Amino acid sequence: MKAKHQRLTLALLALAAVIGAALLALSALKDQASFFYAPSDVERDGLPLGKAVRLGGMVEAGSIKHLPDGISIRFVVTDGQASVPVSFSGIVPDLFREKSGVVAEGHFQPDGSFVATNLLAKHDEKYMPPQVAGAMHETKSLEQ
Amino acid sequence: MKRVLLWVPLGAFALLFAVVASGLFRPSDHLVHSQMVGKALPQFTLPKMVPDAPGLASTTFTDGKPRLLNVFASWCIPCMAESPNLMALKQHGVEIDAVAVRDTPRNVEDFLKRFGNPYARIGDDRQSAVQLALGSSGVPETYVIDGHGRIVEQHIGDVRAEDVPALLAALKKAGG
Amino acid sequence: MIAEGGLAALWFAAALALLQLVLAAVALSRRQTAIGVEDMLAAVRPIAIVQGVLVVLAMLLLIAVFVESDMSVRLVAEDSSAAKPLIYKVAGAWGNHEGSMLLWVTILGLAGAAVALFERTLERKTLVATLGAQAAIALGFYAFLLFSSNPFARLDPPPPDGQGLNPLLQDPGLAFHPPTLYLGYVGISVAFSFAVGAMITRDVGPAFARAMRPWVLAAWIFLTIGITAGSYWAYYELGWGGWWFWDPVENASLMPWLAATALLHSVTVLATRDGLRAWTIMLAVVAFSMSMIGTFLVRSGILTSVHAFAIDPKRGAFILALLVIYIGGALALFALRVGTIRQGNTFEPISREGALVVNNLLLSVILGIVLIGTLYPIVAAAFGTQLSVGHPFFDSTAGPIALALVALMGIGPLLRWRRDDLRAGLKRIAIPAAVGVVALVALLVLAPGIHILPLLGLALAAGVAVASVAPLWGRDLKRTPLFTYGMVIAHLGIAVSLAGMASESAFNKETLVATRIGEPQHVGPYTVTLLGVRPVVGVNWSAVEGVLKASRGGASTTLLPQSRFFSTPPQMTNESAIKTVLDGQLYTVLGNQDDAGRWQLRLWWKPFVTLIWAGGALIAIGGALSLLGRLRRERRARRGEA
Repeated sequence: MKAKHQRLTLALLALAAVIGAALLALSALKDQASFFYAPSDVERDGLPLGKAVRLGGMVEAGSIKHLPDGISIRFVVTDGQASVPVSFSGIVPDLFREKSGVVAEGHFQPDGSFVATNLLAKHDEKYMPPQVAGAMHETKSLEQ
Repeated sequence: MKRVLLWVPLGAFALLFAVVASGLFRPSDHLVHSQMVGKALPQFTLPKMVPDAPGLASTTFTDGKPRLLNVFASWCIPCMAESPNLMALKQHGVEIDAVAVRDTPRNVEDFLKRFGNPYARIGDDRQSAVQLALGSSGVPETYVIDGHGRIVEQHIGDVRAEDVPALLAALKKAGG
Repeated sequence: MIAEGGLAALWFAAALALLQLVLAAVALSRRQTAIGVEDMLAAVRPIAIVQGVLVVLAMLLLIAVFVESDMSVRLVAEDSSAAKPLIYKVAGAWGNHEGSMLLWVTILGLAGAAVALFERTLERKTLVATLGAQAAIALGFYAFLLFSSNPFARLDPPPPDGQGLNPLLQDPGLAFHPPTLYLGYVGISVAFSFAVGAMITRDVGPAFARAMRPWVLAAWIFLTIGITAGSYWAYYELGWGGWWFWDPVENASLMPWLAATALLHSVTVLATRDGLRAWTIMLAVVAFSMSMIGTFLVRSGILTSVHAFAIDPKRGAFILALLVIYIGGALALFALRVGTIRQGNTFEPISREGALVVNNLLLSVILGIVLIGTLYPIVAAAFGTQLSVGHPFFDSTAGPIALALVALMGIGPLLRWRRDDLRAGLKRIAIPAAVGVVALVALLVLAPGIHILPLLGLALAAGVAVASVAPLWGRDLKRTPLFTYGMVIAHLGIAVSLAGMASESAFNKETLVATRIGEPQHVGPYTVTLLGVRPVVGVNWSAVEGVLKASRGGASTTLLPQSRFFSTPPQMTNESAIKTVLDGQLYTVLGNQDDAGRWQLRLWWKPFVTLIWAGGALIAIGGALSLLGRLRRERRARRGEA
């Protein structure tokens, strides 16, 4: 093969590979990106069934119920307009409490409830999505 | 063909840049969507904090005049940073009322002496009760209230110089 | 006064960088001045060295300010606390935005000084251009520090005590994790400077590749260590039992590593066979843009809102502006210049070079996927949708391609340079392939029902482990060069790490219970009993500690997981307790007490999970041996010339 042709072939190959990667990624993202929902989004747009999603909002006051097995809890996530019952088994994260922000990862059931596989509490600094980040500025104060 | 290919990386980079830049200049939009916007202020009455400014009650906000409600504390550093901008708002004829959170009269007086007093009224919210009812999770925060006691806007964090025109515009809109 | 001294050192260093840039530009300008390149080099060298010394001094002074807890310095007040243990005070100096950027330029300054001191093989003109490019990069970061992120800014009046460091970050991991990654990022910036220098002087050839290779190797070693350590840190510190979360911050370190891995292999082709000239230059630029984007993603906080409150959009904009100037400039230079660089050698498809080209293509594809997945939430946000991209996406897209890449890694080193015979090549890989197939069949029979990716991963790991040591077969082991051992060990490390990942996801066992004290629980081969719970006090935290007895067969050990409460800032963390044995790890986390007085326990049995990080260590060791081997050979070659 001539040198010039080989160089062109390689360049085109690289281009094709990168475009291929982009197409593959974009088609996979359609199914596998996990969307963020607030309870009122669900009320408005219907249940996103069969997909891994994130549900964000506040833990409603008085809604946390501990089940007899000692590891499962139920609570209600609300955004002021609508609310969703959530169940979760596991160790709740630091600073998960009533009236504080939470993001639950999991999926919706056909009956409108949410099964969480993971909870991210508001102050888990590393894992807090921007969607509920509103309150972060308070830690900047120097109160003693 | 060859010539064009050589510019492809630069084009791809420009695309990448556009994505990242759009992300950088957007977050202030979707970071906080206040739950309180569009709602009526909660009912409250707070005693006065310092001798020369009256206390604050939710009924004050229903007199037909749009105004700002500032949640602050003397111990908070961004509050110090925003004080000149609140003074500037005052110069523009804006009436600013305040809720002083978890504070003491002496500290608030010192604070006002040092940084100026932009406030018409200051309510003493020692337990953060009103702050929480307002849906405020930290200090400082500034609410735009129309003349009927309804929250039009919630500004989280310190008011910067560049926020002043936006707040003035929001007040004007609330009044009209 | 210490803080002011640090600031002054920083200003001086910036001025020297400017001088270095101007001198390099003058030396390379077309109108030849009376002063020759050789003289300019004599001037630029000491400048680069003094600049390195000054910026190291600034970093040391910042550490001094943290150690003596000078609360009048804003950074100390915001991130430190007088009650903190000494090591975290020192680490606190770079556990924040300003300090970490200072660390960045410190390492950059050191690297610049090292290039000036030790680089002997490169053509003089290219060396001057490289040092000029290096100065331009440093200058951007100095401007960033001095104009928008001054680490030495004072606070008036000083507060009585600081706010403390995020407890998750109060960990020995923090002390060396960011510096390691930064060493990697900066090493790549040196490679980038070499590439820019070579483009300016059109001197792209084997000599250039040999000068650049040690820097790429060193950067790659540090990135490998940084990623491995970061993964282990997240594993034991977060208490979630996972070792990779596809978090944007993790991806920010993975992307430069992928690019550097590709660069490492293409630079070898350039050094050995004088091929892939333009591609190698391109990769150096891509690798540096990935480390800049990584820095940007972490520092601007547009993806995770780590430190959301500390974000000043100006800072993100500043890094972005630097990114545009450096990368945009380099790519424009690439488009203008590469066409005029003399053509390198061509190669046959079935050869070592051919395999390395495919390696590069696959790595680029993976890099593209990770980049798109990481940035997609930003694009979606621009269209008003909020979403996150995690495990399912990356596993299903990057996973299979990574497996194909590992398979290729087993084959590539067994092919000859220049041209190989297909049949001879197949014969050489017959034994490893047979091992892989046997492993696959054995797994299907002995452990049916494993998912396809871990299954293929385990089989592949077995085959590739054999293949990666195959280059040593039939060779005189004493006369085999050190860098060949390096390659063998690094490739073996990949196979080992893959085995760990696949084994963990295939055979992981988990038990989640609320247990009474004295009640035995089972996970994998272990029986775990909670004997009691007791209070413990640390320097700036208090904790409840569970006393667990874990027994397997006759032997038993005690594990002490904790729930820690920090006072400044108020926060709670779960400290996992891990028992490492030869065939895996027992991972325990203590949760909360329920109303009935039972304690939540989360137990995992993770067979051979440690292989993940052992493999990472092997990869780094392989890289180090390779670096040592190359440097030794260069020195011997120079001595031979003299």
